[in-house]
Amino acid sequence: MLMREWLQKEAQLRNDETPIAGYPFGFMDEGAKKEIRRSILKAVAIPGYQVPYGSREMPIARGWGTGGLQITLSLVKPDDVLKVIDQGCDGSVNAVNIKKFVATVAGVTITTDTRAATLIQTRHRIPEERMSGRQILVLQVPYPEALREVEPSEMETRRMHAEADYSRMWLFLYEDIVKYGEITISYRYPVTVNGRYIMDPSPIPRWDVPKLHMADTLFLFGAGREKRIYAIPPHTTVEPLEFEDHKFRTENFSGKACARCGATDTYLDEVIDNASGERRFFCSDSGYCDKRRLAWNP
Amino acid sequence: MGYVAVKGGNEAIERACRLFAHERTKGTSPPLGVEQIKEQLYLAADRVMGEGSLYAPDLAALAIKQSAGDTFEAAFMLRAFRATQQRLGYSLPSSTEKMRVVRRISSAFKDIPGGQILGATSDYTLRLLDFDLLKDDAARRRAFREQIFSSLPADAEIPETFPKVIRILRREGLLEETLSAAHPEERAFDITRQPLTFPASRSAKLQALARGETGGMLALAYSSMRGYGDIHPTLGELRIGYLPLTVPHPATGEPYVAGEVKVTEAEVLARMQGSDGMPRFSLGYGICFGQNEIKAISMAILDRCTRTEKPNCPAEDPEFVLYHIDGIEAMGFCNHWKLPHYVDFLSDLDRLRKAQEMARAGKQQERRRC
Repeated sequence: MLMREWLQKEAQLRNDETPIAGYPFGFMDEGAKKEIRRSILKAVAIPGYQVPYGSREMPIARGWGTGGLQITLSLVKPDDVLKVIDQGCDGSVNAVNIKKFVATVAGVTITTDTRAATLIQTRHRIPEERMSGRQILVLQVPYPEALREVEPSEMETRRMHAEADYSRMWLFLYEDIVKYGEITISYRYPVTVNGRYIMDPSPIPRWDVPKLHMADTLFLFGAGREKRIYAIPPHTTVEPLEFEDHKFRTENFSGKACARCGATDTYLDEVIDNASGERRFFCSDSGYCDKRRLAWNP
Repeated sequence: MGYVAVKGGNEAIERACRLFAHERTKGTSPPLGVEQIKEQLYLAADRVMGEGSLYAPDLAALAIKQSAGDTFEAAFMLRAFRATQQRLGYSLPSSTEKMRVVRRISSAFKDIPGGQILGATSDYTLRLLDFDLLKDDAARRRAFREQIFSSLPADAEIPETFPKVIRILRREGLLEETLSAAHPEERAFDITRQPLTFPASRSAKLQALARGETGGMLALAYSSMRGYGDIHPTLGELRIGYLPLTVPHPATGEPYVAGEVKVTEAEVLARMQGSDGMPRFSLGYGICFGQNEIKAISMAILDRCTRTEKPNCPAEDPEFVLYHIDGIEAMGFCNHWKLPHYVDFLSDLDRLRKAQEMARAGKQQERRRC
């Protein structure tokens, strides 16, 4: 095609009524969205199992949430209410960027209120407020393979999952305790889903791991770069790996409170004051923090 | 027989070179100015300066034009030019705290003293083709500039220096001691004057990494962060800016500022066990010419990886990393396979034929014995 013809076609597309000129609803073609939804169904049917899928190129970089984005785009409907968070924050650069993009290609309403959202895409946090069965939480996943820490080869980890051969993972945890007296895995704490697969819960802090257990909500995990989708269906057991004499522990914020809303029961961010170098704590879930403050000073 | 192509080599070579130059000029578009490359393809020029290890924006742009955009070739030309220049001296160590910062981010802390400064970045752009750029011209540019500058506050204050994020961690004993304090080097090892030997000194290692090829370094760093290795870095700080270059005056020896160079600096944090058994963060350091964030981050990761005590994978082995990241050396060797290998190949053929002959003879003998 000559450049001139290209330009004419482009001008024509711009006048069409699609949300963004030249691109279909939800950015991806219908075939791709259907294919991803089928992978999601398989993932839901086998909790914690990593379903390979044909990850598409997104207009944001690999590793910036393209896996989550593809799930979101394949599920989103025009009447959905979307919330996107990054490290708990609605205003974080990546969250703003993804939100803007989905709103542009799918015309959805945006919210920062966890309760109001129908679809939530998140990086590294599960909202503090309990979510319902009508909502879906989509997690962006950098490393889908929980066994990667102990085995670099994908072929080998697939075999280990198939045979439920998790001895090396248990040994890794045991050695950690022997060496440090403590398990040093901070975020990405491995969990057993439905008594079968060991799964990487994405880099959520240990704080959020208990929220996955027997939840009302469907959790979908998308790893775009690594081309894997997996899921935790509602009302499914999710148990962090632990020993009888060395139990799983979440981060400890006792004695600390959010400097904005006073919460003592939330995951807190440490912030260093500009001038004094003093440290203060704030809720990582900014939407929840805003809501609590508003309740005080309506 | 047209098989023996010994004669006529000279002329064929000359014509091939001229044809290469011609390929670039045969279209109908106006010639590409070196200024245009320097200004509009500045990231390519920055990359070439880094890999060519010569800070010369004009020459980098010229090299890009001449090589028709091949960054390996362009960096190669800069390196070759660099070798012709007299070594006048070494600059004095310069603290990057004094950098004139144009971009500065941290992924370790939400809020950092001095604030996050996004600067010019393509990180948050949607990678959608902008067909408007097809209609780029002076009037459009003027309108775009006016639109940008009309909405800016006139007198935003810019701080003179930005404190380093890692200082906060160091103050609390969460970061390993500075490497220079642990292993002081009297003077920096100069890899352009001495061959690399192993174990390489830290200054030698950092120099080799600073002029390594972006793609090669990225591949090795990626292998470590993805699973063949276990450095899962947090970006303590990434800053881009202009660094004052101080040199001792040739006559008086007094330090004076000779100019400034644009650099990208990355400091990554990875967990480790300190020499006293206490778990700490360790630091990986990367710096390169121009704006090349992928390279600075990869360098910092590889710096950290190659300090692992018992290397477990390629990216943790200093020899493996330092011998393979130099793009100019690697591309030269890769290209050399295009040179005639008639003699050695014939020798190979001879051995292969002989070995096959022997194998066949052996089989026949065996058959006879049965």
